[in-house]
Amino acid sequence: MKHMTEQELIAYREGVADQRAAISDHLAACAECRAELERIEAVLAALDSLPVPDPGADYGRRVWQQIAPRLPEKPERWWQPWFEPRRLTAVGAVAVLILAAFIAGRWTRRSPGPDNIATTEQVRERILIVAVGEHLGHSERMLVELSNAAPTGPSQKQVNISAEQRRAEDLLQENRLYRQTALQEGDTGLASVLDDLERVLLDVAHSPDEVTPKQLEAIRQKIEARGILFKVRVVGKELQQRQEAPHSAPQQNNSSKNERNKV
Amino acid sequence: MIRMPQSVENAQAIAASDALAVERTLAGERDAYRVLVERHSHNVFRLAYRMTGNQHDAEEVVQEAFLRAYQKLGQFAARSNFGTWVYRIAANYAIDRMRQKQKEDARRQSPTVEDKDGMENDPMTRVPDHAPTPERLTQSIELRKQMEHALAALSHAERTAFVMRHWEGCGIEEIAAVLKLNSSAAKNTVFRAVQKLRLALQPIVGTRPQARAMGTEL
Repeated sequence: MKHMTEQELIAYREGVADQRAAISDHLAACAECRAELERIEAVLAALDSLPVPDPGADYGRRVWQQIAPRLPEKPERWWQPWFEPRRLTAVGAVAVLILAAFIAGRWTRRSPGPDNIATTEQVRERILIVAVGEHLGHSERMLVELSNAAPTGPSQKQVNISAEQRRAEDLLQENRLYRQTALQEGDTGLASVLDDLERVLLDVAHSPDEVTPKQLEAIRQKIEARGILFKVRVVGKELQQRQEAPHSAPQQNNSSKNERNKV
Repeated sequence: MIRMPQSVENAQAIAASDALAVERTLAGERDAYRVLVERHSHNVFRLAYRMTGNQHDAEEVVQEAFLRAYQKLGQFAARSNFGTWVYRIAANYAIDRMRQKQKEDARRQSPTVEDKDGMENDPMTRVPDHAPTPERLTQSIELRKQMEHALAALSHAERTAFVMRHWEGCGIEEIAAVLKLNSSAAKNTVFRAVQKLRLALQPIVGTRPQARAMGTEL
């Protein structure tokens, strides 16, 4: 007779077993598995004896009293967050980018030929350069402001970084899109920098609204340790130069990508 | 679904009443939200306490969960269950809070609570024990302490999965949604949690496991 595994017995005990009837039949016939299940149950029963303190019959009323002064007049409707100016700006920028890439594709597809394929690639890359350049500029400004945030006085125990946090959330959405586009374009150097930036943006976006000076210092150290500001500045500068330069041939573009891989 | 100590009819009536309270809150009657807070605070507190292991943190989780639920109420689909929804918000916030506390503790690198203060701050020791003799009291406190340590040794995901499944009776899909995992991974997280708890507690619970390889042929 094949015994039940520990996982099967746990799944049975916790009510998530796929083969519940089969395990049940087996347990009826197998004393060893029954004993094993009893041992699992003994541990769980001991854990069940852990008490949860009773917060009191009026607990719900107390919670209400504590939160009521902090509630806004009216909760947001589901569509309201989408119409916040900061989100509209981000969504608008991404929409413009997609539309521009689409128009560029349509325009250059009219007369197919090797030169036009090069033009399509150039136009698309140029759009990416402009958009990513701006994105990196915004990210850099946010990170610098976060690095310079400080308590207003020695008595202040918390620093409010909610503004930076919200900006990081918006930048995070854009960053994901640009990183994926860079990967599709084969620009692994740029994708890698955007990947590093994404981790920092995630950290900031998931930080509490108010942090202690110690926590803020830890965030700063994380930013410094990743060297992200330096990388963002280098890539941003390079993108800016390419934006200002006349149209470059695809071969030159590849060499730029290779350069970025070194960052 | 969450395990509630109510009959099906009662649960349905509460869900319908919750839906009405949500509707009225969205229409601008802020006091309608009070009904929801007062009705669900105890359940959310129980979940939060079991996840965080202390009353102070649990109370903060409860407040924050109801604040966040209010702010996001417009995104709440009326066909859902408000109790389940606020539970999920509380579980997510409790995970964030545990992570944050862990980071702060690591930064401080101070001795653990029991090293520093003995059992003074152990939440388990603050709960009155009704054992009649000092010996039983000592054993009972020791067992509670060990159980609390075993729970604290679980990862945040494991503790969440165990609390939600074993104590709160949540479905695997719901646990998966909170942990942002697929169902199979969520189920495995429950298994891992029970296995770890068993390993830590079986020697002191009294029924020692027999040395046998599970799943083997006789």
